[in-house]
Amino acid sequence: MGIRVGIVGAGKMGLSHFAIANALPDTAVVAVCDTSRYVASVLNKYAGVQTFSAYEKMIDEARLDAVIVATPTSTHFACAQYALERDVHVFVEKPLTLSPAESRALSELAIRQQRINQVGFHNRFIGTFQEAQRLVRAGALGKVSNVHGSAFGQVVVKEQNRTWRASKSEGGGCLHDYASHVIDLLNFLVGPPAHVRGARLQTIFSRNVEDAVSAVFAYPGDASGILETNWSDDSYRKMTTTVTIHGTGGKLVVDRQELQLYLREPRGFEDYVEGWNTRYITGLQKPVGFYLRGEEYSAQLEAFTDAIRTGNMAHENSFASAYETDRVVDLIIQANKAAG
Amino acid sequence: MANIDRILFGDNQFFGVNHMSEEKARQQLVKFKDSSAIIKVLDDAYDMGIRTFMCTTHDRIGEICDHMRADRERYKDFIYFPCMPYAHKYANSVSQIGVMETIQRFAPGGVMSTIVRGAVGTLTRDVYSLMSLLIDAEMKRFERLNTPVIFLQNVVTDLLLGLKLYPVFREFSRYINERYGAEAGFITMNLPLLLDALSQAGVENPIVCANINKIGFRMSGGVDAYRDLLRTRKCRAIAMSVLASGAIPPQEAIQWVSGLEGLQSIVFGASSHGNIRQTQELIHSYWGADR
Repeated sequence: MGIRVGIVGAGKMGLSHFAIANALPDTAVVAVCDTSRYVASVLNKYAGVQTFSAYEKMIDEARLDAVIVATPTSTHFACAQYALERDVHVFVEKPLTLSPAESRALSELAIRQQRINQVGFHNRFIGTFQEAQRLVRAGALGKVSNVHGSAFGQVVVKEQNRTWRASKSEGGGCLHDYASHVIDLLNFLVGPPAHVRGARLQTIFSRNVEDAVSAVFAYPGDASGILETNWSDDSYRKMTTTVTIHGTGGKLVVDRQELQLYLREPRGFEDYVEGWNTRYITGLQKPVGFYLRGEEYSAQLEAFTDAIRTGNMAHENSFASAYETDRVVDLIIQANKAAG
Repeated sequence: MANIDRILFGDNQFFGVNHMSEEKARQQLVKFKDSSAIIKVLDDAYDMGIRTFMCTTHDRIGEICDHMRADRERYKDFIYFPCMPYAHKYANSVSQIGVMETIQRFAPGGVMSTIVRGAVGTLTRDVYSLMSLLIDAEMKRFERLNTPVIFLQNVVTDLLLGLKLYPVFREFSRYINERYGAEAGFITMNLPLLLDALSQAGVENPIVCANINKIGFRMSGGVDAYRDLLRTRKCRAIAMSVLASGAIPPQEAIQWVSGLEGLQSIVFGASSHGNIRQTQELIHSYWGADR
């Protein structure tokens, strides 16, 4: 008997997760919950899944092993809590919730219930970023002194965005959408910051949410960091995330496609030589069983279902690690307020 | 049955798509900002005998089509293999205004009112009529041009594959054939799974296009599975990403792919006369001059 999955929210991410999960070995999407009658009826008729308009009913009736929650962020807490209380494993789109307290409560609940709890910060499954983390941990950069993380892309460009992403109360805005990805990636690479020294949330085109976020971080051990995100930048075809890390031993620049490592040490590091080194995603990414739109989307669901099968609670992107990200998001909100 | 040349010309280099480097993608975007620069490269390829252009239904492709229509004599042997949809257009729109609003924006006419009324009895007709409206909208710019094969882009093919909506493959095939007198093609990153699905859907001897390269880059199922199915399955397979975005040196890449039994064609993109010539010569030397 394979893993029976239910999808909550059949929007862009929900459909993408549906297709990927459904193509995994011994895994089947058997139920979908969406408020749109049209989308639900199409999926019911053509994909042969049970459809629901309320997640409570789906979780109660569809005999699920796991749910994938891909609804606006403001609804994540209630839905994940409901599923965990009924012994269902949970995968939630990022960010986990809009409040660190709620994220922590969910993490504790998942551990009590011994259910797999994963969040969709998919950058952690990209080969270049994984290699960057390995290099930092192995000490290739020596002692880290500065980090810089950025993300640019075109979500709100002039035209008013009319989806939930333009609503602060539902979890819209560049901070929860774009910046949370970069914060999580920086946490993954160098660990979470101890303090946010300053932050600014700026509106460019939107009326109700911020379109750009800047922040300065202070890390334990005296390293400092800068965060810079802007989702009103149509010079980028799609969201583009870049991290630069300086250390006493050199410097690393990494994005989705390539990793560039500059080493000061004449002996180099492993097979990286003194001076500049470039590694490409083509040589760093592990293949996936089914590809839809980037290996990372498949790899994170492969990891989720593997963890369910093995009962491995120490998997990547747990609620506990997503809580750290939500905590930094909250520190940024506080710092922005404090600055007036 | 469509005659598919052995060497096809691709378009990623024109529209800032490079799977290995953002900087390289940016340089190419600048280089091909004007459609005249694209046309110059297409002319080079055409004059070397590469007459099939496999192109995304990007907004800018309209200008290329206008140019070719204006000089029918010069381009009388020019063949388009349109690949639809240009997914970013729809994905960005869904992020900006939502699913239903996106359908409304891109599907002309009264299809939305039918959908909103949502009579489940007419659902099948609705979905397929919506699909045909979207296809017609994408095909409009190719009017009076030669489009013997029309592809479904991998994002859509593979989404349908994962959702297991296999009958849609057959309906796409049927509509392309009936409305455009053309054959349907399917681009995928999951060729082994897709061939099984197409066979289940009743699409026989399909035209498929997939990453096929020596290092197995984006070949879900693995290199060996691809090698086996090319040899044993009835399909017309086009290899793309043969160089794996530049990760494999051209000579090594083409020597390897030319050695595959059962491969129909290779599609490649290049930005200069010299690179087109070099790639064409490599294919000729390892694979023979013509079909």
